Amino acid sequence: MHFAAPLTLSSGAQLADYEVRYETYGTLNAQRSNAVLVCHALNASHHVAGTYADQPRSTGWWDNMVGPGKPIDTRRLFVIGVNNPGSCFGSTGPMSINPTTGKPYGAAFPVVTVEDWVNVQSRVADVLGIERLAAVIGGSLGGMQALSWAIQYPERIGHCIAIATTPKLSAQNIAFNDVARSAIQSDPDFHGGDYYAHGVIPRRGLRVARMIGHITYLSGDDMTERFGRSLRAQDYAFGYGAEFEVESYLRYQGEKFSEYFDANTYLLITRALDYFDPARAHSGDLVRALAPAQARFLLISFTTDWRFAPARAREIVAALIANGRVVSYAEIDAPHGHDAFLLEDPRYHQLVAAYVDRIAAELA
Amino acid sequence: MLRQDLAQIANWIESDSRILDLGCGDGALLAHLRDTHNSAGYGIEIADALVLECVRRRVNVIQADLESGLRMFADAMFDTVVLSQTLQAMRNVESILREMVRVGRRGVVSFPNFGHWRHAVSLLAGHMPVTPEIPYQWYDTPNIHLCTPKDFELLAARLGLRITDRALLAGGQPVAVLRNLRASVAVYRFEKR
Repeated sequence: MHFAAPLTLSSGAQLADYEVRYETYGTLNAQRSNAVLVCHALNASHHVAGTYADQPRSTGWWDNMVGPGKPIDTRRLFVIGVNNPGSCFGSTGPMSINPTTGKPYGAAFPVVTVEDWVNVQSRVADVLGIERLAAVIGGSLGGMQALSWAIQYPERIGHCIAIATTPKLSAQNIAFNDVARSAIQSDPDFHGGDYYAHGVIPRRGLRVARMIGHITYLSGDDMTERFGRSLRAQDYAFGYGAEFEVESYLRYQGEKFSEYFDANTYLLITRALDYFDPARAHSGDLVRALAPAQARFLLISFTTDWRFAPARAREIVAALIANGRVVSYAEIDAPHGHDAFLLEDPRYHQLVAAYVDRIAAELA
Repeated sequence: MLRQDLAQIANWIESDSRILDLGCGDGALLAHLRDTHNSAGYGIEIADALVLECVRRRVNVIQADLESGLRMFADAMFDTVVLSQTLQAMRNVESILREMVRVGRRGVVSFPNFGHWRHAVSLLAGHMPVTPEIPYQWYDTPNIHLCTPKDFELLAARLGLRITDRALLAGGQPVAVLRNLRASVAVYRFEKR
């Protein structure tokens, strides 16, 4: 989807002209009332569910949640996935050609925020002829977008389902992001963000960034359960290679990630995470920040998620209650840390299914 | 069909009230109040299966442990705060009662009457009572703070709570004579003095 009308960003910068990749699943009903927007987090894309016919390994990032007969049931709902600008899966981002220079944007790509993404997504809804979304759903950074929708476009969203998310990053969260960004920026192949011109990729930095991020997605207990202190060989090698299974796993994750993800996008998206803080414009008062919201809310957190811990979700719930909003909140006792929002868990999936069933029933 | 204490509680709730139901179970009371009293509010429940049931019934439910208090709620947010058949299983009885009148104008509690004659008979026969109201063996009961209506009234007085209404029920009906012995469940409404 191409947009020729310029988009003014939170920073004041403008995207004059941009492309947005999206996918849809299911059928938009005659009243155009059954559309559900699914927002992606850091490393995912518009490809929410399903597998491309010619690519057997291309299963969508939330395929266990979205599809026919799944909790977000595409037999009843019209699901939209949008790749956010600044990302690297087809929408305009740092890898795209800057029309003013004829070269990739690189470091010149403007910093975008969650609010900017929500503005773009609302334009996509406009083009699709959808006045009001039945729901906006997302986990982690996607949950921030869902919350932001409720604040920015209160009359355009029926339900907000925000999972494993937070009203703002903590100092510790920002610190982890900064270490990840430092890893990328200190890679000699980074070239200040203009590495495309040099025909290289700051792969080492990206690898380390992903390894750090990945640690924050898992719970300590889950890591112990999966890897413990297991060694790949029989005994210590008295060196510094990947001797422990956990090292091997993290390096593999870093390696895999560095093959498909863009380093500038990593910087940009972690910055969008850092900047998200809807209460900031209200002297830190989240109750006032959420005052415009009209949607009905479902919040879900996971007990072992220490990245965006249940206490953070409770802050959102408390602020919604203070505003007298319709809200339900579930704290799922799952072992997998932050990543739990992407994994199959019967209690989690039953809950989302029950709630989404309600949404679909209201439309009928 | 509402449970007898819930039916009594519903009778005391005015239309268009804001309700907080502590330990709301499957959301039966809140769903009933929504449908018959145009009253909205929130339930707090800890059990996964019951939270799911509330979501199915379109009842606002917050999954939380009551023992950690009601910090999520500001003062005087609710008209009525309900604690039905839960008081006897709580560790911090006094603090939850105080919290109830902090976040609500009024509190309502219901609990099984430990002073029921059947319980007394059981004890006289040398056994801890196991009855329809308290259907647990002594070694696996969630009930750690059982009491009688008189006991509750004494505690309420000590906490500065003014009891405005009382219902001692058996078989869904108010008991007229020998109430403290024949009532299976006690329901109280109170406010801060």
